Amino acid sequence: MKSIFNITLLALILISTVACKKDSRPNYEYMPNMYESVPYDTYQESDAFANGVEAQLPPEGTISRGYTPFDIENSTEGYEEAKGNFKSILDSTQVDHARGKVLYDIYCGICHGTKGDGQGNLVKREKILGIPSYDDAGRAITEGSVYHTIYYGKNAMGSYANQLNNEERWQVVSYVMKLKSDLEK
Amino acid sequence: MKKSYQSLEVNSINNMKQVIHRKLGFNILHFCLIFLLAFSTSLSAQNGDAVAGKALFNANCASCHKLNKKMTGPALANVETRLAEDEGLDREWLYTWIKNSAGMVKSGDAYAVKIFEEYNGTAMTAFPQLTNVEIDNILAYTAAAPPAPPAPTPGEGGTANPQNDTNSNGLILGALALLFAILAGALFLVNRTLRNFAEAKGIEVPAKEKSKPLWKAFVDNQFLVLVTAILFLLASGYFVYGYFMQVGVNQGYEPVQEIHYSHRIHAGDNGIDCKYCHSSARVSKTSGIPSLNVCMNCHKSIYEVAPETQSEGMAEYGVDYNAEIKKLYKAVGWDDAEQKYTGETSPVKWTRIHNLPDFAYFNHSQHVSVAGVACQTCHGPVEEMEVMYQYAPLTMGWCINCHRETNVNVKDNNYYTKIHEELSKKYGVEKLTAAQMGGLECGKCHY
Repeated sequence: MKSIFNITLLALILISTVACKKDSRPNYEYMPNMYESVPYDTYQESDAFANGVEAQLPPEGTISRGYTPFDIENSTEGYEEAKGNFKSILDSTQVDHARGKVLYDIYCGICHGTKGDGQGNLVKREKILGIPSYDDAGRAITEGSVYHTIYYGKNAMGSYANQLNNEERWQVVSYVMKLKSDLEK
Repeated sequence: MKKSYQSLEVNSINNMKQVIHRKLGFNILHFCLIFLLAFSTSLSAQNGDAVAGKALFNANCASCHKLNKKMTGPALANVETRLAEDEGLDREWLYTWIKNSAGMVKSGDAYAVKIFEEYNGTAMTAFPQLTNVEIDNILAYTAAAPPAPPAPTPGEGGTANPQNDTNSNGLILGALALLFAILAGALFLVNRTLRNFAEAKGIEVPAKEKSKPLWKAFVDNQFLVLVTAILFLLASGYFVYGYFMQVGVNQGYEPVQEIHYSHRIHAGDNGIDCKYCHSSARVSKTSGIPSLNVCMNCHKSIYEVAPETQSEGMAEYGVDYNAEIKKLYKAVGWDDAEQKYTGETSPVKWTRIHNLPDFAYFNHSQHVSVAGVACQTCHGPVEEMEVMYQYAPLTMGWCINCHRETNVNVKDNNYYTKIHEELSKKYGVEKLTAAQMGGLECGKCHY
């Protein structure tokens, strides 16, 4: 009888030690004040701002370093204006299709397809439908219209302004125009 | 004999003629049919091909229209009857509208202007390349019975099956336990009966002799005690060391997030590049938790998951993916019915998983963009993880090990060619590792 009691006790102790290890909470640290940074970490909660987070939008009216303003507004008229007049800032020596392709494949190819024919993986799997091909006659995209669409988004497509910087956007635009001319061949 | 042969010949010629005639007749019939079909589709146009229409709809219209749900443009199920009944507009109006909607708005067509304004002046793309027959097909598709909303039966069936499985498993286990209990009881009973017999017959069961207990024998042997004590101390030392070494290491850390996000579905099944969402890994120190507008790039259109994905989630992971998408809409302030942002947002409290101590510096862009290290090298098979967990220990030994083993790609790096050559000469190697290029210096990561 006594031995049974002892065995249960041992089992209970073992179970409780094993149960203490839980993957849903972080491990102990030796000296937390050396592990945790004094300034705010990226995305940390913070009561310094009204909405309680460290990540803030730039104050209105400020321009961050390396920012290039884009004056054409987000509207149908703006789109038409960009389509007609807006030209790439890259000259022929700065266009790097290899880089453009890398960026295009990450951000655009998933829907528009690596060839620009509107047959990306999400379209093939019927998750998102109706992605037009770049050589679509009704749309007749130009450099300016592609840039406007990347910057503001269009219809179901969202803006990619925060994922690509100005120069990268133009690299993607020139790669899109290359895909378009390849498709039209 | 001869006559019959002749008649046979005549017959065969006749037959041949008949064959030619039949073919001709068939051709005429064929032609008539084509003519009729062409005539009927171009004039009465009531019977377009819904199957062809579906393909056309998915290719041309689906980016802005769904059948049963408002999107960038209005829902299109039964659009023709709706327009005919509510607005008195016929198919000709639709032809013109689809081919050049902007022109119609400009010319001041009452309903065209109304719908243009209702959708905040979003101009519908012109489709001059669509023929009337193709538009008929599309309209036939929109008029066809809309695909029944994902019937609850397959979903329930999907969840019920595994439940049945677990039930039957439990049943089998229970039966086994019962069987063993009966066996044990039977043995006990047999034993008692045998003893009773022995007692009744007057046979004395030989009692066990009291021998020296084992523990006393053990204590008496002092050498054995010493060896055991040393072994015990060594073993406990090993475990204590192991325990202290894992303090501060979060390998396997798997917190529950506020919104259940499945990397398996996004990066694995759909093959979305890691850098699509974690775009700042290319250019900055942190890899970046995507802001919710990145989610909305796709989830503006994907407002619910495929029925099979949903039932798989419920059955295997106990997660209602559609409810998680609703959580996203709530956080980002997206009104799915009205298809616009309400402006009421609330930040999502993601729990950080990978966290280096403050005294160690790590830069993502240096590893991702410059070195070209695949994300999976440190983060493991993320594309298979339903719930994200920390794959690598993220200890200093782990960092250093990789720096010692990884060769640096120095090709086409003209700026540093000279220094790379000097280092190669110094270490007498063809390929330089990160460690040989100074990747082990303390000040590189601790300052």
